[in-house]
Amino acid sequence: MATASVVNRREFLKTGAAGGAALVICFHLSPSAFADQAQDQEQKPVNPFDAWVRITPDDRVTLVLGKSEMGQGVYTSLPMILAEELCVDWKQVHIEQAPTNPKIYDLGTGGSGSVKDSWLALRQAGAAAREMLITAAAKKWEVGTDTCKARNGYVVHGHPERSFRFGELVAEASQLPVPNLHTVPLKNPNDFTIVGHEVHRLDAASKSNGSAKFGIDSRVPGMLYAVIARCPVFEGKVASFDATKAKAVPGVRDVLEIKTSGRGASTSGGVVVLADNSWAAIQGRKALEVKWDEGAAANESSEELHKQFLENASKPGKALRNDGDADAALASASKKLEAVYELPFAAHVCMEPMNCTVHIQTDSAEAWVPTQGPQWAQGVIAEIAKLPPEKVIVHTTLMGGGFGRRYQADFVMEAAQVAKASGKPVMVLWTREDDMQHDFYRPASYHKLQGALDSEGKLAAWKHFQTSTSIAAKWSQKGADDPGLGEFGTGATIPYATPNIRVEYTLAHSSAPRAWWRSVEHSSSGFVMESFVDELAHSAGQDPLSFRLKLIGDSRKIPQFGEGPDYPPLDTARLKGVLQLAAEKAGWGKPLPKGEGRGIAAFYSFHSYVAAVAEVSANSGELKVKRLVCAVDCGRPVNPNGVRAQVESAAIYALTATVKDAITVERGRIVQANFNDYEMIRMNEAPPIEVHLVPSTEAPTGIGEPTVPVIAPAICNAIFNATGKRLRRLPIRVEDLA
Amino acid sequence: MAISFTLNGKSQSVDVSPDMPLLWVLRDTLNMTGTKFGCGMALCGACTVHINGEATRSCITPVSSVAGKKVTTIEGLSADGSHPVQQAWMEEDVPQCGYCQSGQIMSAVALLSKKPNPTDADIDDAMSGNICRCGTYQRIRKAIHRAASMQGGKAHSAA
Repeated sequence: MATASVVNRREFLKTGAAGGAALVICFHLSPSAFADQAQDQEQKPVNPFDAWVRITPDDRVTLVLGKSEMGQGVYTSLPMILAEELCVDWKQVHIEQAPTNPKIYDLGTGGSGSVKDSWLALRQAGAAAREMLITAAAKKWEVGTDTCKARNGYVVHGHPERSFRFGELVAEASQLPVPNLHTVPLKNPNDFTIVGHEVHRLDAASKSNGSAKFGIDSRVPGMLYAVIARCPVFEGKVASFDATKAKAVPGVRDVLEIKTSGRGASTSGGVVVLADNSWAAIQGRKALEVKWDEGAAANESSEELHKQFLENASKPGKALRNDGDADAALASASKKLEAVYELPFAAHVCMEPMNCTVHIQTDSAEAWVPTQGPQWAQGVIAEIAKLPPEKVIVHTTLMGGGFGRRYQADFVMEAAQVAKASGKPVMVLWTREDDMQHDFYRPASYHKLQGALDSEGKLAAWKHFQTSTSIAAKWSQKGADDPGLGEFGTGATIPYATPNIRVEYTLAHSSAPRAWWRSVEHSSSGFVMESFVDELAHSAGQDPLSFRLKLIGDSRKIPQFGEGPDYPPLDTARLKGVLQLAAEKAGWGKPLPKGEGRGIAAFYSFHSYVAAVAEVSANSGELKVKRLVCAVDCGRPVNPNGVRAQVESAAIYALTATVKDAITVERGRIVQANFNDYEMIRMNEAPPIEVHLVPSTEAPTGIGEPTVPVIAPAICNAIFNATGKRLRRLPIRVEDLA
Repeated sequence: MAISFTLNGKSQSVDVSPDMPLLWVLRDTLNMTGTKFGCGMALCGACTVHINGEATRSCITPVSSVAGKKVTTIEGLSADGSHPVQQAWMEEDVPQCGYCQSGQIMSAVALLSKKPNPTDADIDDAMSGNICRCGTYQRIRKAIHRAASMQGGKAHSAA
């Protein structure tokens, strides 16, 4: 933590987003509850057979998933870790989502942290279960445990070899004392047969035949479907409504008002139409007549926000980092450069629109929630239902995309309110328009970068002024007074060696909800920093790759600015490694036809290193991204196929934000509503993406997000290389190329 | 008024509002949830089904318009996930979140029934109506080529 007052996402997840005193949310991101308990010598460690591993006498092995699956592949990568230490045959493995039990499972899924944070705990759990099975077999044979070993679902002993199937041992094994998790023997990674190997996704079949159940597919006997009319203006309220016409729509059962409030709410509630099916509810909402009290935000617009940015940028910001004297170095520099960059709000746009199904009964509640934060969902429902959290069963369903959006509980809050008011099991369904216009957006931001080069071409000063709408200001208890370093993240940790660094921030005001979009603040920092370094390279008359390598300089470990000594530092050797690998694989330096260009960018985030080389063809009125070559160092890849998939995915996600639409605000409301005005990259525009992994024996680190920050700068740098035009505002507009 | 059609090879009759889109009839009336809601405006393709063999966006197709026709959904493509396109999807590990994949597969099957050996340009034409927010396009393209070779360049029709 940089200062006690900054709330970043990690801290938020640790402390929970307590909306009111009674709402207690206890989810941990790291380390897992399992490891927490293991570290507590006073407390008995969790028996892996109670928590993670179930083996039935017929040898069916079920591994329990303590994380949510939103496409990132934890349904495959996490069981791989358990199965590896457990020594089962991968073909025996089945998976099951963990129940919402904060005492055992650490169910928050985000921050690209699932594999990183589960790695050791799941290895220990798998190893403990394996040792318990070995002990059970040794007892049966009356031999020493050191003469037995586990292999492919069997414990074996002696010559000629005899064996027990795990299924024959599990009843006895699960009753044995749990080994000390700190000393339980872990496999030598050289002996891994699953981790680091190519396996297929365990959920590919159900996602290819229509049987995979997402939140929106939840069906409960007697359920109603609900859609909600919400005020289009941020923070607006219902003034009055007339439900006569809505109630006349066939299939509509009821119309009622709900109010939502508190830290997790995206709106103040709205008017709910309950019906026998989704279509009737949607039609009923169309027939509804609502008068809104639009409130103070009705004057807000993207244009007004841009003016705030300009006004803020005309004055110094609050200094968050100040090494040496950047202003003096800039004043006396032989060569200096200044550039301004701007990024818009961005929406998450999960393919499965937000939804939540809740049934509240007298003394219990049950919910089916596509959520990254089931424990928060449980807390929200418990509060509304006035039940203790343990009386609220939350089924974490598959998610049709998450990207951070589904860490929020606004849609859960709505569904719980509707379920409580109606007394029936209810699915609250968002339409695409609801989803796009009531999101928690990636903040819009404006950046002024200044750099100085000395006579040898070395970086004499780096100054970064940022003004933005801030996530921390939305979420921290201190509200608008609180933003700062959290808006920079790794943007304040500069890999390019310079004695003079100054980072300044000024908060801009907006009522648009903001939160964590895929890669969070790194998506802005990466674009800005890696574009500006490219500008400096050009100014110095040097090749962008060799300029970067030279500025990074000697291999060293740079402490993450604002973090404590235990926080992993930026290892410049690994950063250089991905730059060089991407460049080599992309054929950096090889000539390209006229009108085509190559650009490079590298960034460190989520403890991983990613570089990308983009190849584009660009001329007035047309841009084509022809190829993306990515190099990744995320430590030991648990599931290399899954890592590649995440890099491909993040690249397309970032490409969309780079070349497609902005989320804009007019009259206090979001303008864009569906895929016609907030377009996505489609098949005909998707470039080939090559992914190259740096072989590594380091512990695994994040991969869902860290590719996002490098894509926009690589593309803009490639456009500059092709055309000499420097694009500093996202998304790229065709007219910018003219 | 009851509306009758053939659904995955079996006759089906529903008594719903005639203007109700086929998507919601499938999902909410018949509890066949493999077909997905994505946009409600035929912009994303998540709701793609076959009507008389043609890939069709069910979210804007009034159920009355399918009376007497043959409707195939992802659930009807094969009894056991053995359709070559489904097999290719698994081999290439196409799905990530998986939400759009029913629609992607239905579009791909329709393409291959018309063009058993599609070019990349054919794939662009046939598949650009289907959005994948996880960005699995590259794998979808490979899976379609793989399915084409599994089918030996011959059209393989759905059930």
